[in-house]
Formats: sequence, structure tokens, C-alpha cells
Amino acid sequence: MTSDPDLSGLSGMIVHDEIVPARAPWLHHIAAGQTLRIVDLEGNQAVDFLLYSAADDAERYSAQDTVSAQGNLFLREGTVLRSNEGRPMMTIVGTSVEYHDTIGGACSCESNTLRYGHHTKAQHACVENFLEANLLEGRGKRDIVSNINFFMNVPVEEDGALGIVDGISAPGLTVDLRAEMDVIVVVSNCPQINNPCNAFNPTPVRMIVTA
Amino acid sequence: MTTLLADPMAAREHARAMAGTLVEAMPLLPPAANDLPAGVSPEDLVWEETIAAGGYATRSLKRGARLRLIDLKGDACASVMIFNGEMPSERLNVADTVKVQWNAYLGEGKLLLSDMGRVLMSIVQDDANTHDAFCGTSNAVTNLAKYGEGRNSGAFPNGRDRLLLGAAKHGLQRRDVHPCVNLFKGARIETDGAITPLIGPFQPGRALVLRAEMNVVVVIANCPHVLDPREEYAVTPLRASAWHGPITTEDDPVRNATPESLRAFQNVEDYFRR
Repeated sequence: MTSDPDLSGLSGMIVHDEIVPARAPWLHHIAAGQTLRIVDLEGNQAVDFLLYSAADDAERYSAQDTVSAQGNLFLREGTVLRSNEGRPMMTIVGTSVEYHDTIGGACSCESNTLRYGHHTKAQHACVENFLEANLLEGRGKRDIVSNINFFMNVPVEEDGALGIVDGISAPGLTVDLRAEMDVIVVVSNCPQINNPCNAFNPTPVRMIVTA
Repeated sequence: MTTLLADPMAAREHARAMAGTLVEAMPLLPPAANDLPAGVSPEDLVWEETIAAGGYATRSLKRGARLRLIDLKGDACASVMIFNGEMPSERLNVADTVKVQWNAYLGEGKLLLSDMGRVLMSIVQDDANTHDAFCGTSNAVTNLAKYGEGRNSGAFPNGRDRLLLGAAKHGLQRRDVHPCVNLFKGARIETDGAITPLIGPFQPGRALVLRAEMNVVVVIANCPHVLDPREEYAVTPLRASAWHGPITTEDDPVRNATPESLRAFQNVEDYFRR
């Protein structure tokens, strides 16, 4: 028994438990049937998230296939994360946040120049993290596609106005993902400091894998 | 055994007798069109093709070229991928396209942005106003569920497999097939995130003109929208025409419309400063 609140409700044996520092990448292989819990330790920390099939990494998370299949842009409890071939990769089996984003994409040095100006080009960005992690396993730029942003809030208003706004997460809130196939998880613990996605203050997150 | 074409010369005769056949979905070589906009000379036309219902096409276009798509019969769905023709690892990024422009909907004056902070193409004319940057296209699984099968070799090809073939014609692979935009079929986003597909069918002849802001490769699949509610595989031919045009100038209204678009064009201009 433990009194660690981050483990509340988890069943099975913990096979991995790691704190990802603020602004850092994370790469981890998760077997079918295992569950990944992401803990937003300090609240409103965007976790940019990509998935690849371990058996064939040209099959990967597809935001478009995921939202089409459920007819809704927001990722909620019960959402099945689908691949570009339409197959289930992971399922959101639980989350204490109402919904998560998958339309906002990942920040990059290059898109930062558009959004904020060329003075931000040298700032660290999620695509740098995605590249660094993917390059370790022979993947590269062509393998980066529209991602998930856990704990990030991107509403779409009636006239189509859309933007990253104040988060709806809080310290200690979680998302639990059950792997439906053997997957490779690639994360960027978002370093963005020019919009509210990290409450203007990037913080660590915790990754717990149970089997 | 019946002999049909027993010797090579008979086979050649048979093959050559097909010359001049016209069908609805085909390219015209050399390209010809009798409806070019004022100021566009016939010699500037570089591409004229009608893309079959369920078919695909792909084309390399130079910076400045205009690509006009026409929904001939009101039920086309152009699922479009765009690559930097000089470096195809740079390609359309739908997330940056909506995020940088602070808006979910594509239309006249909107940019199609790459993952390198540059504008690949801009929308300079739009009669349709029903487009979709969110839903992507059909795949083998969705077509199997909906139409009973979805193979390239069958009657109900799926959009993803069409895009794969189009990309492969440029030496590209599965990992190059990226999230696409759908033109002519729309998706309205409700405030709770629900997607309302806008499928029509619409009135025939709606046109869209895209301007290439870089040297691009476009791949277009013309398959039913993935959220088309109809039971039948409903899609009609799509016409594509392209002509040479001037490179966007510094006083262009689309370039200067917003601070974000100005910087996207500045990044393109910087890329070509070599």
C-alpha cells in the first residue's frame, strides 16, 4: 500500500516510474496491455505526445483518424487513439481532466517565428524534442505528424477562432492510457514560454507504467 | 484456344487504334482550356486534367503557379497533400495552418503552411467555403466498414491508399503521407468539439484557386469524405488546371494581411535568397 496520490486508482505492478524534467524529451516502449499514467505534477503543463507502432513505425498516431472516428475534436475518457491505418493504438481509460487537445500541434522554432516573431527562433521547442528522441531510433522529420497535447486547452469558437488558452488542468491531475498494441511513445514536455500552454512556466511531469 | 492478337504487329495495330479516345477523367496533352481567366495566356497553361471519382493525381508546380480546382458536378472531395518539391521532408502542417492563423476554417486569403514556418500555397479564390483541415481522409479500415472493401484494386478505393500511390510516384514512402486538407467538403466545429460534416452535394462548378508560394508537389485524392453519411460511395470527378503566374510581390494583400502571414512570406523569401 502506498499513500502516493499520483498512484491512486492504478492497478497492476509498476514497471517504470520516471520524472521527465521541464522542457525535456522522453522516449519509451510500452507493451500491449500495459497502462501509462501521465501526471501533470504542477498543473497546466502541456505534454506533446506521439505514438508509433513498435512493429512498424511507419504506422503512427493520426490525429485526423482519431477525431474522425469519434466525430469530435476533443480527447476524453474513452477516446481511442488511432493510427494512420485506422487501428487502435491506445485508449484513454481514465482522466481527471475534462478533455485534451489534438489540433494544436507542436511548437517549433520555425512556427514560433510566425506566431511571435523572429526573436523566438533560438528558443527550445517541442519539435526539437521530437527530433532528438526519434533520431535515437532512426526516425526523423518525416515521422513527425500532428500530435496530442495532453493537459492543453484549444477551444474552437463559433466563428472558427481558435487558440491555445488557459489550461483546465491542475496539479496532480492525470491521464491513463492503455496500450492496444506494442507502441513507442515519444513525448516533448513542452518548453513553450510564449503562450498559456504551460502557464508560462514549464514544469516536470511524471510517467508511470503499470503492467 | 482462340487467337485474338497472335503476333506483335497485330497487337501494335490494336493498341494504336485506341489513339484519340476521349473519356471523362483524363489529362489533356498538351494542356488546353477555353475558360482561362483574363490575363492568362494559353501558353501559360501547364496542367489540365480531370481526376476520376475515386481517383488521384499528382503534379509538380513552380513558385507562382496557380492551381485551379473545379468541383465539376458538386460532389468532389479533394484530399490534398503538399510537399516542398526541393525537399519533401518539408510538407503541409495542418496544425500549424490553423494555429498560426488563429482560425479553424480555410477559405479565400488563407495560407497552407509547412512545418518549417513557410507558406507552401495560399488560397487566392474560393467559391466553395466548405473545406476541412481536421478529418483527414478514409483508409482501408473505414472503407471496409462502410463500403465492404476499400482497396486500390477494387471499386471503392480509400483516400489514404490513393495518397500513398501519389506520393510514391515521387519516390516517397508511407512515412511521407501526412495529415491532409479536404477541399470542397467541409467540417464545422461545434463548441463542444463535435464535428458536423458539410457534405452537400453542392451546386456544380464551384472553383478554388491556389497559388504556389514555393516549388511544390501536390498530391490530390478524390474519394468520398471520411464522414460522408451516405451509404453509397458518392463522389464525382474533379478538374485540375494549372498555369504559370507571377511570384507573389511585396505589396500582395494576402502576404500583408496579418503579422503571421507576413512572416510566413518573409520566411519563404529568405529560403529563396541563395
